[in-house]
This record gives sequence, structure tokens and C-alpha cells, in this order.
Amino acid sequence: MIYAILGPLIISFLIPFFYKWKHKIHTGWILLPVPFVIFLYFLQFVGSEFSPIRQSYPWIPSLNIVFDLHLDGLSLLFSLLISGIGTLVLLYSIYYLDQSEKLAHFYIYLMIFMSAMLGVVLSDNVFVLYTFWEFTSLSSFLLIGYWHHRERSRYGALKSMLITVFGGLSLLGGVILLTTTAGTASIQEMIDQKDVIINSSYFPLILVFIFLGAFTKSAQFPFHIWLPDAMEAPTPVSAYLHSATMVKAGLYLIARLSPILAGEPWFFIAVSGIGMVTLCWGSFMAVRQTDLKGILAFSTISQLGMIMTMLGFGTKAAVFAAVFHILNHATFKGSLFMVAGIVDHETGTRDIRKLGGLMTLMPVSATLALFATFSMAGVPLPLLNGFYSKELFFSSSLELSTSGAALMNTLALVMPYLAVLGSIFTFVYSMYFFSGTFRGNLQADVLPKKPHEAPWGMLISPIVLVSGVILIGLFPNMVNEPLLAKTAEAVYGEAVQKEIYFWHGFETPFYMSMAVVGLGTLLAFTQKRWARVYQVIPGKWSFNVLYDLIVSGIYRVSETVTESYMNGSLRRYIRLILLAMLIAGFGFMMTTDGFMFSNADVAPISLTEVLIAVTMAVAAFATIYTSNRIAAILILGVVGYGLSLLFVIYRAPDLALTQLIVETVTVALFLLAFYHLPELRKIDDDKKERGINVIVAGLFGLLMAAVGISAHSSKWFEPISDYFLETSKTLGGGKNVVNVILVDMRGLDTLFEITVLGIAALAIYGLIKIRRTRE
Amino acid sequence: MEILMSILAGILFATGLYNLMQKQILRIVIGTGLISHGAHLFILTMGKLKRGAPPILDEGVGNYVDPLPQALILTSIVISFGVTSFLLALSYRTYVLNKTDNMEMLRGNENDQ
Repeated sequence: MIYAILGPLIISFLIPFFYKWKHKIHTGWILLPVPFVIFLYFLQFVGSEFSPIRQSYPWIPSLNIVFDLHLDGLSLLFSLLISGIGTLVLLYSIYYLDQSEKLAHFYIYLMIFMSAMLGVVLSDNVFVLYTFWEFTSLSSFLLIGYWHHRERSRYGALKSMLITVFGGLSLLGGVILLTTTAGTASIQEMIDQKDVIINSSYFPLILVFIFLGAFTKSAQFPFHIWLPDAMEAPTPVSAYLHSATMVKAGLYLIARLSPILAGEPWFFIAVSGIGMVTLCWGSFMAVRQTDLKGILAFSTISQLGMIMTMLGFGTKAAVFAAVFHILNHATFKGSLFMVAGIVDHETGTRDIRKLGGLMTLMPVSATLALFATFSMAGVPLPLLNGFYSKELFFSSSLELSTSGAALMNTLALVMPYLAVLGSIFTFVYSMYFFSGTFRGNLQADVLPKKPHEAPWGMLISPIVLVSGVILIGLFPNMVNEPLLAKTAEAVYGEAVQKEIYFWHGFETPFYMSMAVVGLGTLLAFTQKRWARVYQVIPGKWSFNVLYDLIVSGIYRVSETVTESYMNGSLRRYIRLILLAMLIAGFGFMMTTDGFMFSNADVAPISLTEVLIAVTMAVAAFATIYTSNRIAAILILGVVGYGLSLLFVIYRAPDLALTQLIVETVTVALFLLAFYHLPELRKIDDDKKERGINVIVAGLFGLLMAAVGISAHSSKWFEPISDYFLETSKTLGGGKNVVNVILVDMRGLDTLFEITVLGIAALAIYGLIKIRRTRE
Repeated sequence: MEILMSILAGILFATGLYNLMQKQILRIVIGTGLISHGAHLFILTMGKLKRGAPPILDEGVGNYVDPLPQALILTSIVISFGVTSFLLALSYRTYVLNKTDNMEMLRGNENDQ
């Protein structure tokens, strides 16, 4: 099984080599067997005696991350969809993409995606699942931006990336919480820990995180906005990723976790509520679109909403209907995208206002579209699979129990009505799609190309999918027993037996279907009259506007914030640093009771020292006021020489000596520099600036003085200097303890201090000598 | 005496920082000089003042001042001397290249370009 997952990934490394022969043979032909073999591999498991298979490979066992694979009915259904539709899409893309395109890029992205998607549905370890989940986001990003020279493609790719990665990161939060709560990273083991998870205090957070992940991926309201923009991808990609596989990853996640979560009130409210809103909104908005793929995108959104709603119901009938519709939707939506691609390819436009009357010119495509759209609309004809799942949807919405909390009861009561409402619009946009493209008058003059039927190679894939529609429509029990029953069992947790009949008798779901067809036909014929409603709802309001506002708002806000403190002025930065240190310093002293003023154990005060100190203080202040450069340097010298006098008084002969020499050399250096530099002058500040500077500098001085006094007043431990004094002679062989410390006991300090001086000297030399004119 | 010296160190810090926040490049160099003086005094004060003879071993002397802060300060003086002279050369170079010693005019970030 691991080869099925990693196979496409490994082969994607080889694609650049195949691509070399692209002029002889289309790269797609070489890759076509890959998904087909995987499809055949998974096909062997289909059968009524199938039982779940587990495989395990170590990856990072110490972190509880094991490459666990679990194949049950749900994974099997998805694996078959991914590999099966993958094969068809590959075949379709061979005819769709010209050999002049960058085929290697396309197929590498596609193979990575296939690998990632198989990984998502087959992993049992939540971290492995998350890894593959992000791989699907990444490869989808690359595929949407495939024609990266188009601005819209880049916009769509970025949008889908931002939204799905936002959801993906939420999912990561969710799986981490799930893992810590349940104590295991395996989904199957979590199902056994169901009670622990539900009763933990993290449960609401887990729900929110998982829902965010699933809803963003599956384009649920209000995160659906990325899907219509993802239509900038090549049509095979739209057919594969954005109708049949990736957008169902969110559904898969909800279905996979529903043995744990289903039955919880909030699970029902969130999943069914959001799903229903998505169903109605998506189908309502689909009628407004003028782009064929736009209609299909909103249609996908609404169909995903429908499946999500059924998963939220969580009853036996609903779960079965949900998995059934996953299969049905993949067949008819995949073929519709391919038909839209064919129309685009053969006429040069996807704008439904320019299209029309193609039925006689493209009879095969028209027939395919007819079956697929009617199946999508849920028209009660025995040939079409969409009808069954729609009717199951209606009946499951009627069977909802109304014995829960108040909110649940209200939701359960309105569900059937909303289901009918959404389905009416589904019917309308299905008819709109078909008749807008194939019926009516041909507008040959506005079409960029002369329309004609597509080559057979391009038609094979939609033909296969539509035969699926018809076959499942004619013999629904063919897929029921061997596959769907197993899938529903994996989702529901126990065996689900459900017979699918075309004819239920005159019961409520049948009347609901009739109402949908009747009202839908009425609305479809009068579409032009009520189209004005879109100027009111949504009017100018759309979630795209909100998204653009958020994205540009984040840029604006962060720019404002950065520019508010990063203004390039050095003094501003110094001031901010000092303020931060002041807050930290004073805050720390306050909270730890650090201020201590004791004058016990201080050295006696003598007049000389006081005089020197006062002189130094006065000189320090004078540096601020002087505007004469010679005076400034002399005043600075006064401070330095004063310091060396203090060193003398405080019994530090070496220090005094060094300080004297250094001060003299510094003064000389200053004088030398001043010779080359302009006059010192006061560059006037306004009063406010100066006031802030005085306050900041003054407070900092105060802080340092307070720290000094407090540090002196508190006793922590004895100094270690006695050791130096005792061993200076015996170990160091010198009487001058300071010098012994410098060159013997702490000789490394001295070595690097010498290095510092050397570097400074070299740098000064470089600064003065090396002259390069500015470029 | 330590309290007085702490206050003096505080004054040196305050005046040094005030100079550091001025616009003219030379005042900044002067400010760093004052700050390093303040820091040296600070270290010395922390090691307690006048508690014995200078740390040069001699017969019959029992009490010496703490030698460790003195060693630290000696290192620090040399380093701050190196840095100060480098700063001076840098300010000279800055002035020659940019024809200004006003720090408010020597500014800009990537957004300004």
C-alpha cells in the first residue's frame, strides 16, 4: 500500500527525464499507467467480504509519528476516486494540454498531488495525515498558478493557499489537541478513546480547529471564496482537484472523525448548519455566474455543502446518502468540468453569454452534458445516479430527530425546507448550464474559434464518467453492497444496510423532488425576469471584498506599525531601547522589592573625593551646554582625569596609570578628529524633544544610581577575591595581584582585548586609507 | 562614599545618554565616552571602596582592596579606548563622505527609496 502512496511521488522525480522526449511523445502517455495501476490495485479490495487492512512503517516513533496506513471502506472509496479519476484526468490532459506547454511542471505537480491525496485518505496517524494535507494545499497552489504569467492565476493561487493553509494550521492545532487528549496519534485508537475526547475540557477547541480545517479545504461558507478563483487552473486540474478529490478532503476528515464526534449537538449544528448555508448560497450564486467554470465552481461548493449537511445529520440513512453522493458527485462533476474544458478548447471561450446552440455542432459533448447536468439536478429519471442520492438526502432530512436542544430542534425542523430551496436552485443552474451552452442560437461571429466536435481522445474520459452516471443510475446496487455499505460502515461505526430503490411510492421525498422539478422549471424559464434580485443580494457585498480588505488591511496595518517606530532615526531607537530598559529595570526592582538604601558598611567620606566628584559632575553637565569643540574635549578630559584621580584614591594604581594614558591619547585623538570635523554647534530641538530626552536620560541615571546603591546595600555572598590574593604569589609568582589576574588567572580576557585593539587599529586604518567612490 | 559614587555614576550615565540622543555625531562620541567613564566607576564602586591597601602584596599587610574589579576595569578601559577611536575615525569618514554630521539627515530605511 505504501508504494501506492509514494509511487507517484517517486515517479515525479523521473518526469524531467521523460520530458526530454516531449517532441516525440507527450509526457502524459508515459505517466498514464501510474494511476491506472494504483486504481487496479485498489479495485481488488472491492467486494462484500472486504475487511480493513492495516500497515505500519516507522517514521519518527519517538514522537509518536508512525507511518500508519489504514484501508477501510471510506479510504477505499476515496482511493478509487483519486486513482480512477486521476487516470481519466491524465488521459484528458494529454489531449487538452499542448506539447508546447511546460508539461514536466504540470505532471510533477499532478503526481505530487496524487501522492498527497492518497496519503491523506490512507493515513491513520493524524500527523502523517496533516503532512499529506499540507502537500495537497501546496500542490494545488502550484497547479492553480500553472499559467503563472497570468495575473488572475497568481491571485487565485495565493488566495487558495492563504485560506487552505490557514485551515491546515488550524487542523494541526486540532490534531495536537486530539493527540494529547487521547494519548495516541492513531485515528482508530482515538475512536476507542471517544469518551475521553468528548469529556475533555479541550473538546470545544478540538471541534473548532477540526472544523476550520475541514471547512476551508472543502470550500464551505464563508471560506468558499477561494474555489471560484481556483478556476484559473487548467481544466483537467479543476476537474480533478476542485471537483472530485481535494475539495472532498474536508468531507473525508469529517467522515473519518465522525465515529468520534457524531452525535454531539455542536457537531450537528456546525456541520449541518454550515453545510446547509453553503448548499443554498452556492446554488443561489451559481445562477449568477457567466463563466462556465464559475457555474461549476459554485455548483461544487453547493454540492459539497449538501454532503457536509448529510454528514452532520449523522443518522444511518444520512451517512449512507452522503457517501453515495460523494461517488455520484465525482462522476457527474468530473465529466461536466471536462465538457466545459472541451467547449473552451473548441470555441475559445467559456463565457456563457457568447455560447449557445452548440448541440448540433458538438453532439457528443452535448449528450454527455445532458446526462451529467440532469444527474446533478436530481431529475427523477432512472438513468441518473444524482436522483437517488438527492432523494436519500430529502428522506434523511425528514427523519431528523427533534428531541434535542432547542437550537437543534429548530434546525431539524427547517432542514427539509432549506434542502428543497437549495435543490430548486441546483435544478435552475443545471438547466442554465446546459441550455446556455448547447441550446439557443449559435453566435458564430463572437466566438474566437469555429466550433466543432472535440477529438475522441478528449471525449473518452467524460464518456467513461457519464457511463458511470448511467450505470450507477441503472444498477445502484452494483456499487452498494461491495463498496458503499463498507464505506458507510466505516463512517457510521456499525454495519449499515441500505437498499437503493428508484421507486419509493408516493411518499414525502417524492413530492419534494416533484416540487424541485416543478418550481425549478418555472424559475429556469423566467430566469431573466428575476435575475435583478442579484443586485440586492449579494449586491456589492461579497466575501471576496472582505478577503481583499483583510489582505490589504494586514499589509497596511503592519506597514503603519513598522513605520511608526522604524523611522530611521537613530535617536528614536536609542530612546525606545532606553525606555524598554527603564520599564524592565524599574519594574523588576519594584516587583522584587529590590530597592534598598542602607548606609551601613560604607567607606568614610573625605572632602577630596567630594570635591573631585562634584567637579566631575559639573564637567559632565557642561559637555551638554558647551558649543566650543576645544572646550568640549577639555571638559571630557576633566571627567577622565577626575576618574583617574578617584582611581588613585581608591587604591587602584594600575587603573590610574592606564586611565591617565588613555585619557591623554583620547584627548589627542579628539583634537585630531576635530581638526577635520566641523564646529560643534547646537542643532536645535523643539522643546518637546528636548524634554523627552531629559526625562529619559535623567530617569536612566536615576535607575543606575538606585541599582548601584541597592546592590551595595544588599548582601548576597562573599567575593572570591581572597583566592586571588592568597594564590597570586604562590601560583602566579607575582606580587601585583591585578597584573597576575590579567595575564595569568584570566589571561584569555587580555588576549581578546589585545585582539580588539588590533581590529580597531586595522579598521581605523581601513576607514582612512581605503577610498572607493560610491557607485 | 559608595552612595555618593553611585550617584556620580548615575550622573555620568544620564549626561552621557543625553549626549547620545543629540543630533550631532560628535556629541554621540562624547556621550559614549561619558558612559564608559560612568560604567568604570560603577564597577569599581560595586567592589567596595577603600577596604585596605592597594592589591600589591607586601609583608605585614593584612587587608587589600578587591583586585578583581580592577582587572575587569583595566580590560574595559582598553576596549572602550579602541571603540572610541574607531568611532572617531568613523565619524570623520561619515562626514567626509556625506558632507554632514547631522544624524537626523543620515537616516533612511528601505521604504524611503
